[in-house]
Amino acid sequence: MAMAAADIERLIKERFPDAEIQIEDLAGDGNHYSASVVSEDFRGKSRVQQHQMVYEALKGNMGGVLHALALKTAAP
Amino acid sequence: MSEQDVQDWIGKQVAANDVVLFMKGTSETPQCGFSMQVAQILGHLGVDYEDINVLDDMSVREGVKAYSNWPTVPQLYVKGEFVGGCDIVREMFQAGELQEMLKAKGIANNAQTETA
Repeated sequence: MAMAAADIERLIKERFPDAEIQIEDLAGDGNHYSASVVSEDFRGKSRVQQHQMVYEALKGNMGGVLHALALKTAAP
Repeated sequence: MSEQDVQDWIGKQVAANDVVLFMKGTSETPQCGFSMQVAQILGHLGVDYEDINVLDDMSVREGVKAYSNWPTVPQLYVKGEFVGGCDIVREMFQAGELQEMLKAKGIANNAQTETA
């Protein structure tokens, strides 16, 4: 099972319309990505909260279809 | 264990130990790169921690994700509080924030001697 970078980006964009998103396929297997997400929504939130917001945007794919997503989140 | 038993059991581990790392494998023999990274950081800092191998029990492996509303393992807890997974622990370590947090919570670690 795998997930396409474009699907990851689309799901994140749906939740964070203002976000700047970069996705990198780390292993070419559709299972290991890194993603950097910069959004105003993260301002004032802890790292854990920021990452949880992104995981929620991925609608349950994280830890299932998507095995590893190295996340970097920040407010602009 | 029933789902509620698992949540209670996890809560007890997190409360009973200053530092708990739910991981794949053990601190001696980690079974996943992300778990190994966190174990290495804690080892480097000389922090004593309880390592819980989620591969021993699928209900714990799934239960800990519900417990913290965090979809992956490893998961680090300090004084009962969820700190993060591999990315966050590594980021905090590199920024020196992990060392500061441990010191603030009265948990011995090597960084104290390095910066003191």
